[in-house]
Amino acid sequence: MDEAIRRILADHGRLAVPVADLADDADLYRAGLASHASVNVMLALEDHFDVEFPEGMLRKQTFESIVAIKAALAQLDVVGS
Amino acid sequence: MDSDELLKEAARIAREVAGPASSDVDERSRFPAESVEALRHAGLLGALIPGELGGLGASLAEVAACTETLAAHCASTAMVFAMHQIQVACLVRHGHTDGLGQFTRDVARLGLLLASATTEMGVGGDVRTSICAVEADGDEFAVTKMAPVISYAEEADAVFTTARRAADSPSSDQVIVVCRAADTKLERLSEWNALGFRGTCSNGYRLDARGPLGLVVPDPYAAVSSETMLPVSHVLWASVWLGLANGAMDRARRYVQAEARSKPGVLPPAATRLAEAAVVHAQFKDMVAGATARYEALMDDRGELSSIPFVVGMNALKVSASTLVVDVVSRAMGVCGISAYRQDGEYSLGRYLRDAYGAALMVNNERIHANNAHLLLADRRR
Repeated sequence: MDEAIRRILADHGRLAVPVADLADDADLYRAGLASHASVNVMLALEDHFDVEFPEGMLRKQTFESIVAIKAALAQLDVVGS
Repeated sequence: MDSDELLKEAARIAREVAGPASSDVDERSRFPAESVEALRHAGLLGALIPGELGGLGASLAEVAACTETLAAHCASTAMVFAMHQIQVACLVRHGHTDGLGQFTRDVARLGLLLASATTEMGVGGDVRTSICAVEADGDEFAVTKMAPVISYAEEADAVFTTARRAADSPSSDQVIVVCRAADTKLERLSEWNALGFRGTCSNGYRLDARGPLGLVVPDPYAAVSSETMLPVSHVLWASVWLGLANGAMDRARRYVQAEARSKPGVLPPAATRLAEAAVVHAQFKDMVAGATARYEALMDDRGELSSIPFVVGMNALKVSASTLVVDVVSRAMGVCGISAYRQDGEYSLGRYLRDAYGAALMVNNERIHANNAHLLLADRRR
């Protein structure tokens, strides 16, 4: 799951730093994730993991770090290592 | 000061100071200094600051009502008041450093006027992107910004300036820096000579400021923007436009009533047009009241404030209010006919119409639609 999240961030996050340099708990907004890009990240995550984020999870906090994204996906029963 | 007294004081200033000066402010495109001084003297510049910090502890709805009252007499004064209060709201809700706490007390005690520099040359109008950066040097900051617009910069006691957090921060990692007038050099780059809102003096500047690092707002601008600046801006701007519509409707109503008095027993032809305008006006009023109440109810719910339905709803307020103001003022003009078209006389609506057209252009509705279009891609049914 980690690798897929990082790939999606690299493809759609338009971050200012290489994704490989980011710690799992690094603040993605501080790393340059803007609001339009975060929508694209969300859509790509939904497509890749075949899930739909419910309205209650569509908050800035859900996408603020790789750890937060993993926790959100876990809540949607996406199993990963 | 209780809610009634606050509104009465705003109404008095609107009637006795802002209204009489409004034509001169408009004609000369000058700052409404006498109105702002009256607001300062009455303590209204610190209205949103809690009582324990020296302010009046007013609610946003109360400040919105004051803004609306001012706008019916002088839209430029109301817009300056609104823009100032937006900065005060950011300061009160996000200024959690010792330096900013002291500054907040100064704003209340001295009635400091706050301006804002968010747009920057070279970012294409995207205020969530900065080129300039906060340069830290010991416990001081320095920042230089090329700003296409800083409204009433030369009259303000401080300019709230957005910039990248540090020299190596990405363009979206922004903070607000409070640049006090005494520590700031402004070089005027362009003049504000516009169709309406001529008293806001929205010139362009090169801003060079220094100051203690304690005057950097600690919360990221992204959070300040979504939790406070955007919703408060939309509520207070909408209140300015609603006040403009109120002023135009007031003239239309007086026109029809004068007609009715001159021929008792005969319904004046314009009376039906006034009734039609009143329907749109009522829709406008209820929408602004509804959106203001919605924000006040959610103010402390950070998660909800960043939710898509809330953001889309506040953006919708901006688009609707800025469209409805032109509709209502145009209808009022239809009611008063040639008397409204004239530049002189008690029913003249030329300035109202010119001011009204600015609403859809200041933060262009096209940009707001584009933002909502993006957000709606991620919208979900509750």
